[in-house]
Amino acid sequence: MGATGKDRPKLFDSGKRVDGRSVDSLRSIKIEARVLNDADGSAYIEWGKNKILAGVYGPSECIPRHDQSLYRAVIKCRYNMAPFSGMEEHGRSGPNRRSKELSKVIKEAFENVIISENFPKTQIEIFVEVLQSDGGTRCAAVTAAAVALADAGIPMKDLINAVAVCKIDGQMAVDPGKEEDNFGESDMPMAFSPRTGDILLFQMDGLLSRDELAEGIGLARKASEKIRKIQVDAIAKVYDEPKEERFLVIK
Amino acid sequence: MESINEIKRDVLSAVLAAGKRADSRGMYDYRKIVVQPAILQNAEGSAMASIGKSQVMVGIKFDIAAPFADRQNEGVLSTSADLLPLASHLFETGPPSEEAIELARVVDRGIRSSNTIDLQSFFLEEGKVLALYVDIYTLDHDGNLIDCSSLAAMSALLSARMPKIEEGKIIRGEFAGKLPIKEKVVTCTFGKIGERMFLDPSLDEEKGMDCRMTLATTSEQLCAAQKGGWGTYSERDIMELLDISMEKGKGLRELL
Repeated sequence: MGATGKDRPKLFDSGKRVDGRSVDSLRSIKIEARVLNDADGSAYIEWGKNKILAGVYGPSECIPRHDQSLYRAVIKCRYNMAPFSGMEEHGRSGPNRRSKELSKVIKEAFENVIISENFPKTQIEIFVEVLQSDGGTRCAAVTAAAVALADAGIPMKDLINAVAVCKIDGQMAVDPGKEEDNFGESDMPMAFSPRTGDILLFQMDGLLSRDELAEGIGLARKASEKIRKIQVDAIAKVYDEPKEERFLVIK
Repeated sequence: MESINEIKRDVLSAVLAAGKRADSRGMYDYRKIVVQPAILQNAEGSAMASIGKSQVMVGIKFDIAAPFADRQNEGVLSTSADLLPLASHLFETGPPSEEAIELARVVDRGIRSSNTIDLQSFFLEEGKVLALYVDIYTLDHDGNLIDCSSLAAMSALLSARMPKIEEGKIIRGEFAGKLPIKEKVVTCTFGKIGERMFLDPSLDEEKGMDCRMTLATTSEQLCAAQKGGWGTYSERDIMELLDISMEKGKGLRELL
């Protein structure tokens, strides 16, 4: 981020972004729910070139016992990137500092909406695998995980989703792609509870003025409404067109 | 869990003794197999394969690495397997289990010993070679992950493109033709309960079976094998399984 010099491409020019989008348009988003057999709930999302799989298990007995709560289900989350998910060199498998942080903030977003009091002494596990990354993986992960949780029948106060905004050549824009993420002036991912408007995940880096912050949140909120429709459609499709076999199809 | 496996074994062996299988397959029938090649763009090669409800994804990446000390003129082939916790309630997070390491090594041996990839062509210069990473990513576990993984790995290798190299560096997103593959290696895995042997064990059958045998073959020869479990095989069993593997291999190769 904030790279300067001759390598930095022009990101915003005469109303258009590098990939031709306007400031308030999202990349294409497709969600398919119920793609795995063993997981209690699952969802696959293609968001731009991101390809991400979410699987949910639970509520089940919380192991190890010392993690248990007498009052609620413990939410666990593992966000992980496949070693072949990036364009660059082969990644290392297993958690790193970044994936641990993202697992934590994603888990905390869901702790607000999962009605965990219904399931004392249990755990609900959310597993996110980034199969292909293209910028904005944590937002796509939250969006897919919410659908997977709904597919698992976990009671939630709301179907949440997430989207980032960025600042590119002084302009606020929604859903940064990989280039905008790498070269933009700032990046601000956030998750919303669309029903209440509450912000459940909020991160930011780079530089923003007070006005730009407000503009960014507004842009993200609008985009979040569009994403919610796609999530609802994905869940409805599972019941409208029941599948004989669960199967991940990647195009 | 022990007692459930005992019960499963009793039921399965009763069904198998009657010459039948719980899901009404023949003894040497595969479940439905689907292979999807070239599904990812960032990886140099990729594929998905499913056998019944088992689903495995494989991604191929190339990097530049130092050669092994005893093989200075050869590239590096590295195969690893992740039994992802989202694939099964039986899998946990953490360092690779014995099962994951065995899976990766069996798939690796098939690819390596068949010489399907010419590792000498991966030599770049003194102390610099290409490394080829085959990452097995299990997404759904309903038994026979070995055959499912080797199908996905072979399909991914067949779809893989050679990276473009300039001044000793890989230019990402640009390619220099396809990865040359000499042989389509496939594996056939058989379970055994009592004296009964059967192809493509489901997860239930795996839980109840005494042992398993995996045979990796090219169109002409056996190229790797692995026995698992506590049971035993006679020489005649192994010869019989090789004949079936050679026959079944033809059908598997047609899917690639």
